[in-house]
Amino acid sequence: MLDVTEAPTETQFEFITFSSGEQSFCLEITQIREIRRWTPVTKLPHTPADVLGVMNLRGAVIPIFDLAARFGFGETPDNERNVVIVAAAGGTTIGLLVESVSEILSVAKSAIQETPDIKSEAARQAILGVISVGENMVRVVNLDAVLVNDMGGGV
Amino acid sequence: MSMNSIRDTFFEECEELLEALVEGLSAMEENAEDMDVVNAVFRSVHSIKGGAGAFGLNRLVGFAHIFETVMDKVRSQEIKVDEELMLLFHRSGDQLADLVEAARDDREPDAESEAAIIKELDAHLGDQPEEEDFDFAAVTLDFDAPQIDLPEADAGPSLRRFNIRFKPTAALYANGHEPLLLFDALAELGTLSVKADLSGVPDFDAFDPDSAVLDWTLALDTSEDETVLHEVFEFVDSLCDLEISVDEAALPDVEMLPEPQSMAEAHGTPDPAMASPPPETRPAPDAKMTEPSQKSASKQVAPSRDEPRGPKPTLRVDLDRVDRLINTVGELIINQAMISQRIEELELPAVAHLTNELEAYKLLARDIQEGVMAIRAQPVKPLFQRMSRIVREASEATGKKSKLITVGDSTEVDKTVIERLADPLTHMVRNAVDHGLESPEKRVEAGKEAIGTIRLSASHRSGSVFIEIADDGAGLNRPRILEKGIEKGLVPPDTELSDQEIDNLLFMPGFSTASEVSNLSGRGVGMDVVKNAVAALGGRVSITTSPGSGTTFTIVLPLTLAVMDGFVISIADQTMVIPIASIIETIRPSRRDLHCIGTDGEVISVRGSYVPIVDVARNLGLSGGARDINGGVLLLVSTEGQGLTALRVGAIHDQRQVVIKSLESNYGAIPGVSAATILGDGKIALILDPDELVKLHPGLHYSPPASPPRMELRHA
Amino acid sequence: MTTKVLAIDDSRTIRNLLRVSLEGAGFEYHSASDGVEGVEQFSEVEPDVVITDINMPNLDGFGVIESLRKGPNRTTVPIIVLTTESGQDLKTRAREAGATGWIVKPFDDASLVSVLRRLTGHAV
Repeated sequence: MLDVTEAPTETQFEFITFSSGEQSFCLEITQIREIRRWTPVTKLPHTPADVLGVMNLRGAVIPIFDLAARFGFGETPDNERNVVIVAAAGGTTIGLLVESVSEILSVAKSAIQETPDIKSEAARQAILGVISVGENMVRVVNLDAVLVNDMGGGV
Repeated sequence: MSMNSIRDTFFEECEELLEALVEGLSAMEENAEDMDVVNAVFRSVHSIKGGAGAFGLNRLVGFAHIFETVMDKVRSQEIKVDEELMLLFHRSGDQLADLVEAARDDREPDAESEAAIIKELDAHLGDQPEEEDFDFAAVTLDFDAPQIDLPEADAGPSLRRFNIRFKPTAALYANGHEPLLLFDALAELGTLSVKADLSGVPDFDAFDPDSAVLDWTLALDTSEDETVLHEVFEFVDSLCDLEISVDEAALPDVEMLPEPQSMAEAHGTPDPAMASPPPETRPAPDAKMTEPSQKSASKQVAPSRDEPRGPKPTLRVDLDRVDRLINTVGELIINQAMISQRIEELELPAVAHLTNELEAYKLLARDIQEGVMAIRAQPVKPLFQRMSRIVREASEATGKKSKLITVGDSTEVDKTVIERLADPLTHMVRNAVDHGLESPEKRVEAGKEAIGTIRLSASHRSGSVFIEIADDGAGLNRPRILEKGIEKGLVPPDTELSDQEIDNLLFMPGFSTASEVSNLSGRGVGMDVVKNAVAALGGRVSITTSPGSGTTFTIVLPLTLAVMDGFVISIADQTMVIPIASIIETIRPSRRDLHCIGTDGEVISVRGSYVPIVDVARNLGLSGGARDINGGVLLLVSTEGQGLTALRVGAIHDQRQVVIKSLESNYGAIPGVSAATILGDGKIALILDPDELVKLHPGLHYSPPASPPRMELRHA
Repeated sequence: MTTKVLAIDDSRTIRNLLRVSLEGAGFEYHSASDGVEGVEQFSEVEPDVVITDINMPNLDGFGVIESLRKGPNRTTVPIIVLTTESGQDLKTRAREAGATGWIVKPFDDASLVSVLRRLTGHAV
């Protein structure tokens, strides 16, 4: 039998935190390709309001979503600190417009709590869990859900 | 080269051989007497059999053998080729292809069809002695026998002396044999003594190097069976007088011999115990007969000069590499456009040199791009050849008689296009036989040949690839099609449709349903699926038909999937691109040519006929209500749904080649837009799809669909 | 001195297999993809032993053997027929043409090598 003892240092996960719709969110750093300053995009016809358009990322055409609109908070207000977080999941690369990027958070897995039991199904799906940082609650974004589901925002 | 890659090349070679087979069989239909053709067909099957044997693909070997045996009978003119046998050959070719495919994919092939064909092939072999098959299977084992046969376990290694009298004929030497080497082999079996009888050696003057003069007497003490001795002489059998007898008297009291032949085998050196013939028995002069020193082993792998000639040398390249290269070249073209634009913006004084250099750069970039795209281009021939099977099967299933003619099968098309065209083409060819052609009786009644013709052609025309599937059947039955369209609720009753509109009903989803899908087109695919598949490749399908003489489906495809020529236009405040191939002409309308219909409708008179105008910006939902009826440029396009249409755009800025970037890989399909491209300034421009664009009805205030197009996550 | 083998076969697969077997066993391997090329190669390579297929385009195996034995080469190097055929009449024909031996495909590496060694007398 193996003598199992609690590992002294738990694996740390790194997240990038950002604000969108006046709430704090974060994405795991391994999902993020880069962070870019906002530049005007090419609009796509017949798309919901949360789809801002497409952008040229080194020769690839990637769609840019307004995360706040996608979460149903309304459009992200114009701001000099606006950035686009380029993230990839399941072979798809997208950009997410957020109000601003805050910091890099390094936490142990145990620090991630389950999403509190909230009513909104869409919100529950979009959030993997929450991390408590001081007085702040940071929501861990489920990128897959952002990619696939109609978040109920937009339109 | 690993065994696996040899296996891969085997299957590649099989593809080629199967192609040659199909080609040969078609040639045989023309002239079954041409022995060159029959030989080529035979060889194709034969080579597949040979390779398959090496990989232990026994079913493939077995089938190829029977096929080949029947073909051999044709070759030796024992049986005559008639229509029925020809058909059997075709089916056998198909079966062989199936078996190759099954073997490649490590699948169990369909035993039923195989058994049926084997039975029919067997019937042509007549009262062939049964052993033919038997013999074949046995021989593969036979080969190992001489080396591997071990002495009977219970018999034990009892030594016996064999007396061997061996008199070679001249032919033995002429056939490349060397008695001493035979003796080496014998020596490996036990203890050998050799004596030569020189009495036959003539005087030196009369010496003829080509005649055999020596008589040999050998004595071998061995525990091997007599048959093993005969096997040593197997190759020289009939090239010599050979007597082998057991010397019962001589019971040599020798100790156990080492395991026969093992030394020579294991060490790759001659058995040291080998009894060299005594020097005085050295026979006829022969350069080969030198001292054993020549046998010193050199284990080095010699540098090889394999395949110095042969057909065109080819290079196998990972497709990913090619695609990466294509992408990079795409970037190069964008980069070139950017540089041109930047230089233009500098508004330098007319420095002719720079302009020339830029132009040269552009041409070079295009050359590279064309060259790279050519790597992906492949002839449509294999695709077309596959269709001959479809025609055959469809004819059989429907009781019709038909033949396939292919034209332009060396036309090269992008590899992906060929791959993705296979299914639509199969369906269309099936349809052509099933629905296009009449029954033989009806054809004869109509004064046509009983055998219908399906003509498959490919060609390059003005930057596009044209593929036509034509039948010489009765032509489309338009009243019936309209009736069915109404029946299925695709068009309201009492609708007046033009001929073209009726033809296009065939492409409507839901037009063909299970009730009318015959047992062979019955895959649940209608022409709408064909149309979508072709559209996905950036192409379109159209129909022309003439009653009594047949129907032609034409597929028009872009030459490459990666670039296209387009007009850079402005729509509302955006820059977009529209494929030049879709534009018939550009019109700068004068007021008197424009007319309103109702509140919203607008038409332009073009050479006497009224063409509806579609405002692109409005259809894309980009501009508000205000529009300037005088402004803009009209692009006359021919669309499937609406025939001639004039697209109103803001302005035409440029005409250039653009690199096509898929929107679907990261987002999804957008109505009216086929793809995107990156312009010289690094911005993305959408590429419009005129056919889809006109379908977006402005009157409906086209709003985002209830479930907007979303990325479909491809789960890895 | 390495033993030079010339293999004449129209099947790329068989040539590949032969090359792997024979180079692995230390032979110097040369090949030709049809009979005419085989005869040409013979003069160029001067092999110690020839392996030839029977069914080939341009010039079949019998033709190759005859041309090597009776043509300008008049060679006495061993010529082994490597084929899927096993009919006695074909064997007889090959022998009459001057073949040294007959091996039925599919061949076994070790046996092929030992036959070649036996016929060339080279331990390679």
